[in-house]
Amino acid sequence: MSLPKHPKTLLTVVTEALLERAVVRLARERGAQNWLVTEVLTAGSQDGVREGGWTAERTVKIQLICEPEVADSIAQALMTGYSANYSLAIWFDTVSVLRPERY
Amino acid sequence: MLDVVVLFFLLGVAARLFKSDLRLPESLYDTVSIYLLLAIGLKGGIELSRQPLAALAPQVLACMLLSFGTPFLLYPLLRALKLGGADAASLGAHYGSVSVVTFAVATAELARAGITFESHAALWVAVMEAPGLVAGVLLVRLARSAGTLGAGLPQQREPLSDLLREALFSKSILLLGGGLLIGAVAGVEGARPLEPVFMAPFKGVLALFLLELGLVAGARIGEVRRFGPALLLIGLAVPPVLAVLGGLVGRLLGLSTGGISLMATLASSASYIAAPTAMRIAVPEANFALSITAVLGITFPFNIVVGIPLYIALARHLNA
Repeated sequence: MSLPKHPKTLLTVVTEALLERAVVRLARERGAQNWLVTEVLTAGSQDGVREGGWTAERTVKIQLICEPEVADSIAQALMTGYSANYSLAIWFDTVSVLRPERY
Repeated sequence: MLDVVVLFFLLGVAARLFKSDLRLPESLYDTVSIYLLLAIGLKGGIELSRQPLAALAPQVLACMLLSFGTPFLLYPLLRALKLGGADAASLGAHYGSVSVVTFAVATAELARAGITFESHAALWVAVMEAPGLVAGVLLVRLARSAGTLGAGLPQQREPLSDLLREALFSKSILLLGGGLLIGAVAGVEGARPLEPVFMAPFKGVLALFLLELGLVAGARIGEVRRFGPALLLIGLAVPPVLAVLGGLVGRLLGLSTGGISLMATLASSASYIAAPTAMRIAVPEANFALSITAVLGITFPFNIVVGIPLYIALARHLNA
């Protein structure tokens, strides 16, 4: 018998490391209950390459599992607040979780 | 002959320019920068424990005024060079704050030349880190209210209290100030067991840090062409002008030749750790790459290869 799984949205935000605290705070204000932050080695796009060789050029990947509406709210707020002036990439996945009440 | 640590910097630059795959682990960079900040603070604090603090108040005040005033002095000059308001404010704040590593290279150069300097000079570094950043934040707010900052309001406005907290309690200020406090409280005897870790290996660790900075600066040197001759002019001309100002302040304070050299060096230096982060949050519409290219790609190499010997000569002249 398979485990009961519940669909949630995995929101991934890749942005400048100095925004980590602001992004997590914004996400929690909009209902995110957990988050995972990993440091990125190198990030590149048509705008250039962030090599992370020193503090101000570091990039982080922040992942949150939450309800789709919460993910949309967080993404919308990030786009409104930061997309014009900071490196920001956002994408959505659908994942299945155990213990849905934790997300 | 260049100081040996500067040769490590040039090695890093060369590695970058020749597209070597040399890359220092980020954790090493973090560890080394924490070490350097603590060691400089500790050394200064130990010296502070040997003298009455009240006598140093004029020096502390002068340092803070110099750091605070620099962004306001530079802003109209940078605007006259056709820099946008946001870029002028951000760059001014970078030069208002100081480079701890430039200071460390200058002290190494002075030691090599047998020129003594005030042993509590690390105190100057600690009190000059923040005022320039605070001035930068205030300058941005003033220019924004007056509508002179330039095109576009930032999307997300961080509260002023958060920006000031970021400027005053950044990693570098906390470690420098903390090291000073620990050194001052522990004194010579209390800190003696730390000497094998924080004193003896200092220059070797500095060399390693400069290797990493050379790699970063090497990448930035390649960007200079993108911004044109105005940025080159700023990166090369602003440091000596600020050095003269710093040297005069040192002379007025009655510092030794070594002390005047360090004051000139600190005035000419620009922060590339605390300032970029603070300004990136305070004025996100500023071109981050422009400030960092000026500070790391032009001013920092200029200062450690050419500037410091010049500032020492300036100090000798002022104290003649």
